[in-house]
Amino acid sequence: MTSLSVPLEAYLTVAASLFCIGVWGLINSRNAVRVLMSIELMLNGVNINLMAFSTYLDGAEIRGQVYAIFVITVAAAEAAVGLAILLSLYRNRDTVDMERFNLLRW
Amino acid sequence: MPPLAELTQLIVFALLAAAVLVGAIGVVILPNIVYSAFLLGGVFLAVAGLYLLLNASFIAAAQVLIYVGAVNVLILFAIMLVNKKEAMAASPGVGVRRLLSSGVCAGLLWLLLRVTFTTAWATPGPSQVGEGAVIRLGEHFFSDYLLPFELASVLLLMAMIGAIVLARRDVLSTDIATGEAVDQGLIEKSRTPLLMENTPQ
Repeated sequence: MTSLSVPLEAYLTVAASLFCIGVWGLINSRNAVRVLMSIELMLNGVNINLMAFSTYLDGAEIRGQVYAIFVITVAAAEAAVGLAILLSLYRNRDTVDMERFNLLRW
Repeated sequence: MPPLAELTQLIVFALLAAAVLVGAIGVVILPNIVYSAFLLGGVFLAVAGLYLLLNASFIAAAQVLIYVGAVNVLILFAIMLVNKKEAMAASPGVGVRRLLSSGVCAGLLWLLLRVTFTTAWATPGPSQVGEGAVIRLGEHFFSDYLLPFELASVLLLMAMIGAIVLARRDVLSTDIATGEAVDQGLIEKSRTPLLMENTPQ
């Protein structure tokens, strides 16, 4: 039985900060690859939350860890498809600048 | 395994949290995207360390294998494939946009922290399973979470096929096995740029 000396709020603070950094990067990045990296940061923030709740509030039935596995799976699929779309866009538009991916804009 | 001393846990947590936050800020603001990608790998490793601190050794291993081993390498490959030095044209109102988005993010952070610190969490919860976590995870996957587990495999298959179809360059002009010319119509179609009218040359 491992004692938990770090308070739960510390983990939640780190997760919230990581998520907000990810949101900021998602909004402000010009490079499309960096946008995908920001999305990965946000997913990791969510995962830290899930794992912290799983350990602190649901230590016997670790359902949060199950959800974390699903989030990791979906993140891997998202990264693969997202980067394939990015490659395809780069081949067609010859740029990775988010400001110039405006084909569907009025 | 004896539990880590409390002070050690606190110090390790502080180091890992600092690594996560500094690395994440670096990922977002560093001008060179290759540095960003390597820092992202560091952030993933530090998050895996946090999972170890939370008694979740299986998820930590999965994090290292999937995020550092697969996703980060994939991102690096994408950077190498699209790595063109391009001077991004300055768009109007970038400063205002950054200011506004920083305000929004700070507000979101404030909201999340307020929720975190005003809620009375029911800690300590039930006793930890500790090293039996992997067994418990397997039980969950093959009993009450069986349907999502199977759906995840279908999702991965769909993502794999979709990524191959989207990223394939073009059709070979001759069949590798027979050496004969393959259907030319397919090649012409695959070489036509789709969005020509907006592409600056």
